Amino acid sequence: MSEGTRLENANPVIFQRSGERVQTASEEDEDVHDPIDDREIFDILSINDPEHPLSLEELNVVEQVRVKVNDAENTVGVEFTPTIPHCSMATLIGLSIKVKLLRSLPDRFKIDVCITPGTHASEEAVNKQLADKERVAAALENASLLEVVNQCLSTRSI
Amino acid sequence: MAAESTLALSLVEEFVSGLQDSKAKDAAKGVKDGKFTVLQLVEALGSSLTSSQPHTRARGVHLLSEVLQECYGDLTEREVEVLIAFYENRLKDHYVVTPPVLKGLKALTKCTNLPPGSAVSMLRSVFQDIHVQVRLSYCTFKLKGLGADFVFGFVQSMDGERDPRNLLLAFQIAKNLIHGGYDLGKFTEELFEVTSCYFPIDFSPPPNDPHGITREELVQALRAVLTGTPKFAEFLLPLLIEKLDSDVQSAKLDSLQTLAACVSQYEHKHVAEFLQGLWTSVRREVFQTSSEKIESAGLAALTALTSCLSRSVLSSDSEDSLSTFLDFILKDCKHHLCEPDLKLVWPSAKLLQAACSASTRASHIITVAVMPSLLEQYNNRTQCSHRRTLLEVVQRFIHSVKNCQSSDNDESVLLAFREALCSIVFSALSESNSSLQITATSVLTSLAQQAGLLVESDIELALDHLTRLLLTEEDDRVSLAVVECAGALAQLHPALVITKLIPKLKKEMFTEPMNQDQEEVSELHSHHAVRQRCLSALAAVSIQPSVVQESTPVLLEVLRSAHTGSVNFSVDEVVLTCRSLQRIAERVQDSEEAGRCFHDVFIPHLLSLALQAALQGKKGSEALNWNHVSGNKCDYLSQKQEGDSWSLSRLVCLLMGSVCSLPRSVEVPQIDKLLSALEEMSCACSHPLSYTSAAKCFAGLVNKKPQVSVSSSGDSLDSLIQRMMKRVCSELDSPSSSVRTQAFTLMIWVAKALLLRYHPLFTTLTDKLFSLLDDADLGPMAADGFSLLMSDSTDVLNRACHADVRIMYRQRFFSENSAKLVQGFNAAPQGREKKPNYLKALSNIVNKLPKQVQVTELPALLSLLLEALSCPDQDIHLSTLSCLEPVLVNPPQVLIQQLEALINRLLALISSPAMSVRIASLSCISTLSHFPVHEVLPFRARVLRALAKPLDDKKRLVRREAVQARGEWFLLGSPGGR
Repeated sequence: MSEGTRLENANPVIFQRSGERVQTASEEDEDVHDPIDDREIFDILSINDPEHPLSLEELNVVEQVRVKVNDAENTVGVEFTPTIPHCSMATLIGLSIKVKLLRSLPDRFKIDVCITPGTHASEEAVNKQLADKERVAAALENASLLEVVNQCLSTRSI
Repeated sequence: MAAESTLALSLVEEFVSGLQDSKAKDAAKGVKDGKFTVLQLVEALGSSLTSSQPHTRARGVHLLSEVLQECYGDLTEREVEVLIAFYENRLKDHYVVTPPVLKGLKALTKCTNLPPGSAVSMLRSVFQDIHVQVRLSYCTFKLKGLGADFVFGFVQSMDGERDPRNLLLAFQIAKNLIHGGYDLGKFTEELFEVTSCYFPIDFSPPPNDPHGITREELVQALRAVLTGTPKFAEFLLPLLIEKLDSDVQSAKLDSLQTLAACVSQYEHKHVAEFLQGLWTSVRREVFQTSSEKIESAGLAALTALTSCLSRSVLSSDSEDSLSTFLDFILKDCKHHLCEPDLKLVWPSAKLLQAACSASTRASHIITVAVMPSLLEQYNNRTQCSHRRTLLEVVQRFIHSVKNCQSSDNDESVLLAFREALCSIVFSALSESNSSLQITATSVLTSLAQQAGLLVESDIELALDHLTRLLLTEEDDRVSLAVVECAGALAQLHPALVITKLIPKLKKEMFTEPMNQDQEEVSELHSHHAVRQRCLSALAAVSIQPSVVQESTPVLLEVLRSAHTGSVNFSVDEVVLTCRSLQRIAERVQDSEEAGRCFHDVFIPHLLSLALQAALQGKKGSEALNWNHVSGNKCDYLSQKQEGDSWSLSRLVCLLMGSVCSLPRSVEVPQIDKLLSALEEMSCACSHPLSYTSAAKCFAGLVNKKPQVSVSSSGDSLDSLIQRMMKRVCSELDSPSSSVRTQAFTLMIWVAKALLLRYHPLFTTLTDKLFSLLDDADLGPMAADGFSLLMSDSTDVLNRACHADVRIMYRQRFFSENSAKLVQGFNAAPQGREKKPNYLKALSNIVNKLPKQVQVTELPALLSLLLEALSCPDQDIHLSTLSCLEPVLVNPPQVLIQQLEALINRLLALISSPAMSVRIASLSCISTLSHFPVHEVLPFRARVLRALAKPLDDKKRLVRREAVQARGEWFLLGSPGGR
């Protein structure tokens, strides 16, 4: 994780970013209630990869089809796909996604972040870590871990 | 006696040795007053004149010359003779002495009693001894008596001259010699030789030439000499023929131009013997040239030559040189017109036309010789391209015949060929080839322009053909040519156009397409095209008032039926109709008849149609178009409106559109009456649209009204405004008045009109406006009024309407009034709902200022703006937030000091009912996170807590801003963040 080590996946496949969300008339209408939908969550997740100067979307780590939200039942489920099955960053990426959602969603939501089934070697272990509230909280107490997470979450300055 | 000579001596001493120039004057005075004679002066000069130093001698001569210049009148013949002898002798002296010597000679030439022969000897010595460059400048004495001798001397002196400056001068002198009537005598040829050796001028000025003499100047100067007198003819013409053989393009061009210039002075006897040679050379240049310049110079020379020949008076014994010359031309050119491949047609035709356009006689001879064969050719040829070429040649002939026709009308040369010409034109019009048709229309146009050539039946036939083409021909170029031709015909034969063309076009336009099935789209399309062509033809023919009277009703009828829907016209067609009307209005000859026609028929119809359309609130673009049309004839319009009853109050909207968009230069007639009517209406009318429009219209006129009235009887602008203000104030000041809103509307619009033009009275109006901010009813309106003052209006008072709009009026308004506003705010009684008005006014003003100005001005107004954020009006919130945002990017110190207050207010606005306010405040909060960390960090926890709520806002756009803002604040003070 430290600087200077070789990148695990130096030349990832890059995917096209989906365009900006098209603004609709109902979104501009004061009286209409806009529910939180998949695309909105997906837009929130436009966070940086810890290794590459690319967003998770561009690396196809997060896809809109793997984002599930139920506004009425207050649940959000996000499945992410590490670029390679042995990616050591998987936990970190998961943590970043989780933190971003925690900061960006109302606290009524139960947030579930896990690896897309069958895409990582230690899938279960990572999923378990991400699901454990206390371990997540503990991880965020760790200054150096928090630093990396924050770097992922800061908007890229150009 | 002794005393006199001593006086002279001392003067000489002071002048020569003492170098005191003023002594020359004293000496001259002495001679004049008779204190001493010139002879005594010469004696006194003795030693200086014989000194071994050339400068001393020059000084001596200088003194003498100065004296002579003053008193040449008093010299006796004897004295003059002695002095001339002396001076002639001195010419041989050192060059330093020369200038004063020449000065002296010049003075002597002015003597009335010049001894006979002395001038000759004087000049001879001058020519002999003096170096050319100095001499020429002194050669301008006017000595007619010298005659041939002088010319000879001149010729000798300029021989071999090379300096362009001297040449230019020499040419000018030569020209003066020629024009001044000097007797050239036997030296004519010498003078010609010495000047013509420079022809053609080949001179390219050196780079950075200080004298700035150009080749063109030399060419012109030399040409003036050479073409100056017919006496040179016998030498010049052979020279020109010779130079035309040259390979140098510029030499050819110069020769041809010189030829054209010289023949204008000559008579036929001068050119007679060179005709053959000149013709051969010119013909060669035109046939073989590669350069258009040479070709046109050649043709111009030919025209000049022909007109020279036509001009001369024949004596009984001389032959007719014109016909001889034209015979040459015809012999060489005519057969080219008949050759099967038509190779040399154009050059031959051009030569013939050049000769043809020179005079009536020439055109007679040539036309009679050429036209029949051209016509026959046309009838024999079958290929379209050949026919077209022939037709074009014919058209050029008609054109050149027209050029030479004298005003005192003999019959047209072409009269004999009328029938044949018409028949080929009509046959060409019936062909299917479009370029042939286009050429035929231009021939027809040329024919029609020959007064008295075509008879009525020809025109009728022509119009039939044109109408047919207009209705059936799809090609744009053809219809364009046809429309133009119809215009030309209408100019000369309005009556026939009215009876033949217009009814047919009208019928065609009002015919509905036969079949309206889906499959017939192409037919519909073509029908549309036909209508368009008819419309443009109608516009093109409407030049004469009589035609306009017939054509405009047709167009108006189109508009009317389009409006009522009785005939189906597309919007495009209607717009085109309006354009056609506009074009007619622009083009029609300004006459009383046309004016009356417009006034009686056109404008009222148009107005009523526009009014109907406006009332129905549709076809806005057409209404606009109509306004534009009527604008063009504003004079008639305003006359009309005056007569109109004002009960049709909505008419004022239309009036505003037309009157207010006039350029400032157009004076609106009876403006004072109009203004008072508008004032009355805007203050008294109860219909909001009407009184607003009247106020706008009034303001639009006030904005353009000159400060000092043009007509002496009219009110000045100041008194007009004062009168209006008095009325408005009296309404505004009585709380019970029913028309306060109206008065206020008028005032705010006039205020805007004055603000835009920086009128000094504007302050009176603003003061009133400020005082209204405290008004219970009108306060909020007054606050909104500031927004109107600061923003651009779309319909009146903008640059497109030619309003007087000064630059930076907003900044000016701001800088003059912001202090008043702050003061007013502070003085306003607390809690009585008055303060918000000030805040609203302020935020309206600041919001419209350019961003750069906002950033610099805001800190001073910050406390007021923070107040604004806590007042209840959402509009104020929004406009204040939008002012604040750019400032937050580079926060000034003042703002940081007020951070606590700012954050409190912004957080409060997060739960505003208006979503735009929520978004704006969230975006400001997001920007706040970029303030210096130590300043904002204390607020982190509070802000994060507050931002949790909008994360669940019902509007997605608000949530998006909230997510953004909260993310930023989370990063603040956190490792890896900021």
